Amino acid sequence: MSNPAELRYTAEHEWVSVEGTLASVGITEYAAQQLGDVVYVSLPAPGTAVTAGEPCGEVESVKSVSDLYSPVDGEVTEINTELEDDPSLVNAEPYTAGWMFRVRVAEDGNGDAALPTDLLSAAEYEELTKSAG
Amino acid sequence: MFAEHVRLGAVMTSFAGWQMPLRYGSETAEHQAVRHAAGLFDLSHMGEILVRGPGAGAALDYALTGYLSVVPPGRARYTMICAADGGVLDDLVVYRQGEQEYLVIANASNTSVVLSELRSRASGFDASVTDATDDYALIAVQGPAAAGILGGLTDLDLGAMKYYAGAFGSVAGAPAWVARTGYTGEDGFEVFGRPADAVAIWDAVVSEGAPAGLVPAGLAARDTLRLEAGMPLYGNELGPDMTPFEAGLGRVVKFDKPGDFVGRSALAVVAAAEPARRLVGLTIRSRRVARHGYPVLADGVVCGTVTSGAPSPTLGRPIAMAYLNASADAGDAVLAVGIRGEAVPAQLMDLPFYSRSR
Repeated sequence: MSNPAELRYTAEHEWVSVEGTLASVGITEYAAQQLGDVVYVSLPAPGTAVTAGEPCGEVESVKSVSDLYSPVDGEVTEINTELEDDPSLVNAEPYTAGWMFRVRVAEDGNGDAALPTDLLSAAEYEELTKSAG
Repeated sequence: MFAEHVRLGAVMTSFAGWQMPLRYGSETAEHQAVRHAAGLFDLSHMGEILVRGPGAGAALDYALTGYLSVVPPGRARYTMICAADGGVLDDLVVYRQGEQEYLVIANASNTSVVLSELRSRASGFDASVTDATDDYALIAVQGPAAAGILGGLTDLDLGAMKYYAGAFGSVAGAPAWVARTGYTGEDGFEVFGRPADAVAIWDAVVSEGAPAGLVPAGLAARDTLRLEAGMPLYGNELGPDMTPFEAGLGRVVKFDKPGDFVGRSALAVVAAAEPARRLVGLTIRSRRVARHGYPVLADGVVCGTVTSGAPSPTLGRPIAMAYLNASADAGDAVLAVGIRGEAVPAQLMDLPFYSRSR
């Protein structure tokens, strides 16, 4: 399993890709494998304020329903409407076509996004999933 | 077998004290392989109990709801073991392996209960009850290609074997009891071999079957397959607070057999009355799945409970089994399932959701 090095990760198995102050969010390949075939994704509507570490949606697979947590604070600007018709994109391409929502994050004063300090690097996330078995 | 599953990349799950494969890749793909080609399941967690002796048939007639003493050697029956109050303790497949030998297959989580009940119920008969769970590995080959695949690995004439029949033979050179039974709604076979031979049998079936589209399949696919086939799962559709009649399985209770059996008088009362609830099939008009325990609503009022639910790969939308209260006029009412606070429209559908063309 390879987690893209340029992404940041959470212990709840979300990934974040940041461009300027726009953060794209999805779930990791590990999460998708553990969930099994994803059949339904409930996402926060554009305009919704989300809070890091708080549930903002649901990911439903054949066997289970899991909360989707926002990895960042901000306002949802866009959701991946492709997932309505084809939620299996989450399994097939978790880091690309299976992205879930985008969040406008506050600026940190240096022109970058103000991100939570506890986001993980790819290496740190791999350690986490390895110890989880 | 554990190392073999891990090598195949299985996501394992703990079940009744066993580590069993939940899925190897996509459970939907595994499901479709069983419907259109074949799937291979490790079901070694199932309980095997041997009942033997001159009084074995009579003991089972008393202990179970079925009429096992008239089952010919080499044939199988689906039956149940009930408590004195008629509640279901487990649903079982019983193979008559010989004149005086029966093999009882129990659900993993119920094996100890079934074993102790059989021991106490057989005590007045000339029969012995032995737990053989650790003596058997159970590997199931299920799907339309199963007979062709397994046929190349056994000395048995599988084409001549009837549904719900079984015989001793060899599979991949190892001794086994092979039966034409399963829990998927497809044609298929269950191979009861020695645990020491399990990996060899498994690998031989994979090699023989891969060109025909056979894939290893996990418990997740097994659950969606049995649900489409309208087969009950103990703990969901069956339990100690339910009788076979409510589950629509009153046919397994053989009142016409001679002598008493455990639960007879209670079940006779239930059989004569209108059941308080009935098991129905539902299709859900959403991608969201109606899961075990979710309420069923008729015109907005709770009228029952979902017992099992899953997306149906065959129908392309979620299906569910549910118990509806007898008082619910489900025929004319607008049905819905409460899925985490939202009433999602549902429709009644006759069970099974899927039956194979024969």
